[in-house]
Amino acid sequence: MIYYLCFVVFLIGLYGVTCKKNIVKIIIGFTLMEYAVNLFLILLGYRKEGIPPILSKGQDIFEFSKKAVDPLPQALVLTSIVIGLGVLSLMVAIAIRLYQRYGTFDITEIKKLKG
Amino acid sequence: MNILPVFVALPFGVAFFIPMVSRKLKWVPDVLGNITTFILLILSLMTMNQEFVYHIGGWKPPIGIVFVLDGLSCLLLIIINLIGFMATLFSVEYIEKRYTSKLRYYSLFLLMIGGMNGTVLSGDLFNLFVFMEISAISSYALVGFGCDARELEASFKYLVMGNVASLFILYAVALLYGKTGSLNIADVARILREIPYDNLIGFAFVLLIGGYMVKAALVPFHAWLPDAHPSAPAPISAMLSGVVIKALGTYVITRLIFNLFGFNQIISNLLIYIGIISMISGVCLAILQSDLKRLLAYSSIEQMGFIIVGLGLGTPLGILGGIFHLFNHSLFKSLLFLDSGAIEYETGTRDLNKMGLLYKKMPITSFSTLIGSLSISGIPPLNGFWSKLIIILAAIKAGRPIVALWAVIGSILTLSLFIKVCRYSLYGKGEKFDEEKFKNYKEVGNLMIVPLIVLSILCIFTGLLLIGGENGIFGPVVDVINGGVLQYINKVLGS
Repeated sequence: MIYYLCFVVFLIGLYGVTCKKNIVKIIIGFTLMEYAVNLFLILLGYRKEGIPPILSKGQDIFEFSKKAVDPLPQALVLTSIVIGLGVLSLMVAIAIRLYQRYGTFDITEIKKLKG
Repeated sequence: MNILPVFVALPFGVAFFIPMVSRKLKWVPDVLGNITTFILLILSLMTMNQEFVYHIGGWKPPIGIVFVLDGLSCLLLIIINLIGFMATLFSVEYIEKRYTSKLRYYSLFLLMIGGMNGTVLSGDLFNLFVFMEISAISSYALVGFGCDARELEASFKYLVMGNVASLFILYAVALLYGKTGSLNIADVARILREIPYDNLIGFAFVLLIGGYMVKAALVPFHAWLPDAHPSAPAPISAMLSGVVIKALGTYVITRLIFNLFGFNQIISNLLIYIGIISMISGVCLAILQSDLKRLLAYSSIEQMGFIIVGLGLGTPLGILGGIFHLFNHSLFKSLLFLDSGAIEYETGTRDLNKMGLLYKKMPITSFSTLIGSLSISGIPPLNGFWSKLIIILAAIKAGRPIVALWAVIGSILTLSLFIKVCRYSLYGKGEKFDEEKFKNYKEVGNLMIVPLIVLSILCIFTGLLLIGGENGIFGPVVDVINGGVLQYINKVLGS
């Protein structure tokens, strides 16, 4: 169920990117999509009443592997957050430059390229 | 022999080193950039006919991360680093005159090359995504490098479409991880063969292939390409059209379809239909253009269609044709884009109507443009002819004469397209031809000439690589693709 809710957030972000005319709203749509994907990755590794995936001394290995959460998605999410930060900052920088050149954030008025 | 990490580490290292030292020393970016790409070219030629799997940190797959070198990655490595070296040679003078910040340019350029090298070597789904994002982000920045209104607009458009595609891909990777519990491509392929088919897997497949088709600019997803490629500086256009859409798009699609999900009749039909639509609509849109670089960009879409049709046929001959056309297209399309850069550098315009009689003033540039045009339109002794011929023959042999017919039509339309280019710019006059400006034109500098000559010579002689057919130089490449899923699993995981 919660996975579907995740996908719904992803779709809301996609709606924002495709249907909104304001550049800032498009950027917000992108952040929503990114969060949805990150949340989905984290949920894949989530386990109810799980323990941190660090094996301490004297712990039974089978008991441990039954309870510990999956650490790999968390590593992936860290990487994807960093990538998201890079894309977001580039996007905002281009948006600021576009505003300086065109004097508007409305993408329907930014149309010098044709053909 | 552990040179594989060098392909990723060297360009990234130099990319971070250049901005540190070159605030005072203005010559550093040029020299370092060219030396780096030259070393990478030599290294990539050294990997020919080798196959091995490199375990990063000594961890065995499927737990550890692997770099896989096989025929297909080797071919892509050579293409990337060859065109990269030519583009950096060309950039020395070109960027000096038309743009300001060389150190940022070379940094981003090397990040792009490193990212693509990583993409073609990686044997891990998530690393594939990370390397793809590295080169994609630097190419977004490079498209908008001039900070002109049009360039920024094209860059933003490219960024939006590219980023949506990237997020689709990441979502699909997460789905596949949730389903199989592994990220190694070979291991995922092994597990997918064991578990029953599920709609979730189909959904992940669609998201992945759709995402990478945006990067490859095939027709339903092509809208960013005709804006982004003309707006970039000429060496970057050559890289984008010649290499990026192949390394990030076609290569990954091929790898995923043939080595991860497995090839079947439905996928074959899908690829062939998309290829034919790209082919015909790309060339029809290209004929209408009068902007030289925009025309070349549309023709890139068309040529990608040829490659995908060849791969989609699925027979060894078709795959050979697709792969050979991929190689040839990267040569002549980057040659043509560098030519268009040289013409723009000298005349200050990209409008075909304003050009004319360039063969009198710029003999070498116009001769190499002629070679590139003949090659792309498939005139016999040049390389473009052989690859198109093989694709058409393969279509007939596979019992699909209609596909062959469409390929012939596409070929003829390409010929007419490039007759238009030569007629307007080189040997005839456009409508708004300017006599006054024409007197001041002269040939471009030596460093810009060298890549044009090298690429023209390659265009003339690479037809010879075909000797031996499916067992010749391209044998290992065809073998990787045609060998399918099992062979790849055995190679990476060890049987």
